[in-house]
Amino acid sequence: MLQDKDRIFTNLYGFEDWSLPAAKMRGDWDGTAEIISKGPDWIINEMKASGLRGRGGAGFPTGMKWSFMPKQSDGRPSYLVVNADESEPGTCKDRDIIRHDPQKLIEGCLIAGFAMRAVAAYIYIRGEFIQERRRLQAAVDQAYEAGLIGKNAAGSGYDFDVFVHHGAGAYICGEETALIQSLEGKKGQPRLKPPFPAGVGVWGCPTTVNNVESIAVAPTILRRGGAWFAGLGRPNNTGTKVFCISGHVNKPCNVEEEMGIPLKDLIEKHCGGVRGGWDNLLAVIPGGSSVPMLPKAICDEVLMDFDSLRAQRSGLGTAAVIVMDKSTDLIKAIARLAKFYKHESCGQCTPCREGTGWMWRVMERMVQGKAEIEEIDTLLEVTTQIEGHTICALGDAAAWPIQGLFRHFRPVVEQRIADYKARTASRAVAAE
Amino acid sequence: MPILTVDGKTVEVPAGANVLQACEAAGVEIPRFCYHERLSIAGNCRMCLVEQEKAPKPIASCAMPAADNMVIKTNTPLVRKARRGVMEFLLINHPLDCPICDQGGECDLQDQAMAYGFDHSRYQENKRAVSEKYMGPLIKTTMTRCIQCTRCVRFATEVAGVEEIGAIGRGETMEITTYLNQAVTSNLSGNVIDLCPVGALTSKPYAFAARPWELKKTESIDVHDALGSAIRVDARGAGVLRILPRLNDDVNEEWISDKTRFAVDGLAKRRLDRPYVRVNGKLQPASWDEAFAAIGAALSSTPAAKVAALAGDLADAEAIKALKDLMTAIGSTSTDCRIDGAKLDASVRASYLFNSGLAGIEEADALLLIGSDPSAEAAVLNARIRKRWLKGGFKVAAIGPKVDLTYKAEFLADGSEVRNGLVAGEGFGAVLKAAAKPMIIVGQGALAREDGDAVLGFARRLAEATGVVKDGWNGFNVLHTAASRVGALDLGFVPGEGGLSTADVEAGKADFVWLLGVDEIDMTNLKAPFVVYQGSHGDAGAHVADVILPGAAYTEKSGTYVNTEGRVQRTKRAVFPPGDAREDWAILRAFSDRVGKKLPYDSLAQLRAKMVEQVPHLGQIDAVTPAAWAAFGGEGEISPAPLSYAVENFYLTNPIARASATMAECVAVKQETACGCGHSHGATGTHG
Repeated sequence: MLQDKDRIFTNLYGFEDWSLPAAKMRGDWDGTAEIISKGPDWIINEMKASGLRGRGGAGFPTGMKWSFMPKQSDGRPSYLVVNADESEPGTCKDRDIIRHDPQKLIEGCLIAGFAMRAVAAYIYIRGEFIQERRRLQAAVDQAYEAGLIGKNAAGSGYDFDVFVHHGAGAYICGEETALIQSLEGKKGQPRLKPPFPAGVGVWGCPTTVNNVESIAVAPTILRRGGAWFAGLGRPNNTGTKVFCISGHVNKPCNVEEEMGIPLKDLIEKHCGGVRGGWDNLLAVIPGGSSVPMLPKAICDEVLMDFDSLRAQRSGLGTAAVIVMDKSTDLIKAIARLAKFYKHESCGQCTPCREGTGWMWRVMERMVQGKAEIEEIDTLLEVTTQIEGHTICALGDAAAWPIQGLFRHFRPVVEQRIADYKARTASRAVAAE
Repeated sequence: MPILTVDGKTVEVPAGANVLQACEAAGVEIPRFCYHERLSIAGNCRMCLVEQEKAPKPIASCAMPAADNMVIKTNTPLVRKARRGVMEFLLINHPLDCPICDQGGECDLQDQAMAYGFDHSRYQENKRAVSEKYMGPLIKTTMTRCIQCTRCVRFATEVAGVEEIGAIGRGETMEITTYLNQAVTSNLSGNVIDLCPVGALTSKPYAFAARPWELKKTESIDVHDALGSAIRVDARGAGVLRILPRLNDDVNEEWISDKTRFAVDGLAKRRLDRPYVRVNGKLQPASWDEAFAAIGAALSSTPAAKVAALAGDLADAEAIKALKDLMTAIGSTSTDCRIDGAKLDASVRASYLFNSGLAGIEEADALLLIGSDPSAEAAVLNARIRKRWLKGGFKVAAIGPKVDLTYKAEFLADGSEVRNGLVAGEGFGAVLKAAAKPMIIVGQGALAREDGDAVLGFARRLAEATGVVKDGWNGFNVLHTAASRVGALDLGFVPGEGGLSTADVEAGKADFVWLLGVDEIDMTNLKAPFVVYQGSHGDAGAHVADVILPGAAYTEKSGTYVNTEGRVQRTKRAVFPPGDAREDWAILRAFSDRVGKKLPYDSLAQLRAKMVEQVPHLGQIDAVTPAAWAAFGGEGEISPAPLSYAVENFYLTNPIARASATMAECVAVKQETACGCGHSHGATGTHG
């Protein structure tokens, strides 16, 4: 269990003031200029040493991502874009960071921006986050006023701007290239890769898109050293992570914990356990709506980190743990997610545009059991026809929850279908 | 030059090529819907997925740059499964209405479904339906058939330069529409019909007219403007049903203008299908004999000095040659092809050619338009200028009224100070001077005026002063509006010693006038002279005619046309002329015999031989013979009257277009759109 001394987000719950003076009391903006004076290479090396993997879901090593940015400008400026379009169902960590600890993010922007030789950071915040946007803007204004960003940011001699830009509430704009499109004022549709944003990003300039949490933890890592961060968690899955636990637990919460904490510990120790006790657990979606669910048997043992969950054919994703007890209609739950992906597909490429609607409609019928047994295999084949065939990962994200359902709970669906058949057959007999 | 392996075959492709092109180079065809060579890459249909060794997922071959040592496999179970999957997705919401779809038989989706489709559908749900969209009088929409490839969107945005087609909504509810359901304003809009891989966008005038396999396809050349775009004429029986573009990278790439494509119904309307003779002030049907007799009588009573012949915009070089020879035999030197009054100089070929070639635009780095609006005079050329402009490093300025050219152009003030300044290298003159390959395009609007000769002289001096003409580069370009013009000038169809010009004919100075398809001149003073109208349509010229000789239209004859850059091309006969109408050269040849001035050729081949004898380069089909630079143009004063453009109404420039109901509808819709009030100004029931 994470000790208090190793906690990064010390005001995650907003018990203290969010504003700049209070944030400084908590240690933010301490020695920022000194960190910057050590140079971009030192920062990137330290980030690499920390083993931090991107907190937005894909888990790409953050230091390495930063190192892809051009060291010498070819005349184009570089940009840092912070992805605050937190829309993954079940996820609410970035929101609390922005609400209660915004200076961590802003300081992170400066340091990360400096490390990748960016001239400015754009924080793209989700359209529905009205209060959060105001809070973040107020925090940015405070930082400007205190000279922490802008010209000679934090006395480092580096000029750096931070802009807050809000989206219009499309889930797909959380995909980094769609976010860039949206930021440019275009329709939020993912771009083809290559070229990657590090080569051609916002307005055609080199760009790195990072999750809020990845950026917000950077200053603390650099202050305490990459080795400290790497010492937490498990190899290749280091550090701390904000977990968002929702669903059928007694106390749903956000909590910062060490990577690799057993799922059971997470739920029992921080959330007051599953509603009705651990044995009442049916399944858990461990990393936001996009990842396949896990049945209780796996939940008993599994560790919460990238590699352990991948070994169970699921994923850490955004670490949004959705707990479902035995009262849950899993088919209905997944059908609801299928509807979400159908609604949020940008419509650009064929498999996702056509496939998400197909999957949702079949799932809706399966909720009632109004389907043939063979349709399960058809549905699964449709998921594989979408998965890996699209421009962005939304197609994969739409396919995985359904695959997870059938991987672990296929008999439940088959029973539902059989029940429906029996019901309608007996009705037919009665009618005769 | 990356070298990669496709299905075990090693290919080398040019740098910048994509994997799809590499596959084609290796002889492997990759199915695609959204990819189009002349549009930006969308990568959204996912049909072109191939397997790349060491890549975790199949890659979209259209979007992946070819790189060294790539190993591409196109015929693996993974690839087949991906394509079948995409095909299934495309078909689940695609209506099964192929039997009533105009795209049937030439549909990419149909063709590829044969290769990758299932024989049944696994999709049990209801299919999506999309409400109809209005795209104007030319494009018929059935948006339920749309597969969202966005080719039309990209064409409108990139090539046509009008951001009027776009996709609204997202996911399954994504729909292609025009801005506020208005008609597309571009003169190139019809090309989206060819680009659409399914039957979502089809030709409105051609709707339900024919099936592609019923049509006889003839490769020919367009005459509606002076570009000579490569076209394919599709005919069934005696009727031309539609016109499609062919590829010709030197001329039209693969686009044609809406007039080229849609004026086709004008070929069947208002046709002159028998000779007429005016008796007691009224035109009466007549036989060829009677018509020739009437002309012969009038001719014999007219002194040669009072006999004139004019050649119209659509005349082929053979007819012009025959008419010229006939006039020479009669002893008249009064021939003129510059019926718009343009002060073109037939003696210096470089003075009336688009010397850089149409493709030369791609090399140019600065452009000055003088009295030319290419968007109306040659819409396809305008797209090429835009294409060059989009690449960057290309400044454009124009002298003339402000118009939307679809690219940024600086409209210079019109006046002698500005002109002198340009020649002296001030303002845009400096830009031309600094450019490596500067270009000037002179429009007919600048030359078809009293002082046209002086304007031409100014253009030449400017060209010489600013390096538009130099070693290895001639950027002095004249943009014609008539398909016949360059050929006629090459043949010297201009007034000879003491001959009458178009203006003289318009002033009524001739007593006998032979109009070879001339309808665009001022006819008010032509009532008194004896007028022979030889042409295909009952237009202005036929109204004043004393004798009408029915001729063949461009789809009904093999004729030589020289386009504005001097490229010699030939039309082919797709259908026969209606009724008694004949090919123009044959009419002239027959008449010449009748009046005892028999022309020295009995066949088209012999006529062509004579023509080539006179003008050798007319024998070099599909070739451009460069012209030598020499002095031309006048030194006189240019009047302060501002330049105007030659084409006032793009849709109504020639008798075929004026006979076309489709073109008339386009004019009506354009006026409505231009008004911008959003109300319909169409038929009200009491509109007269």
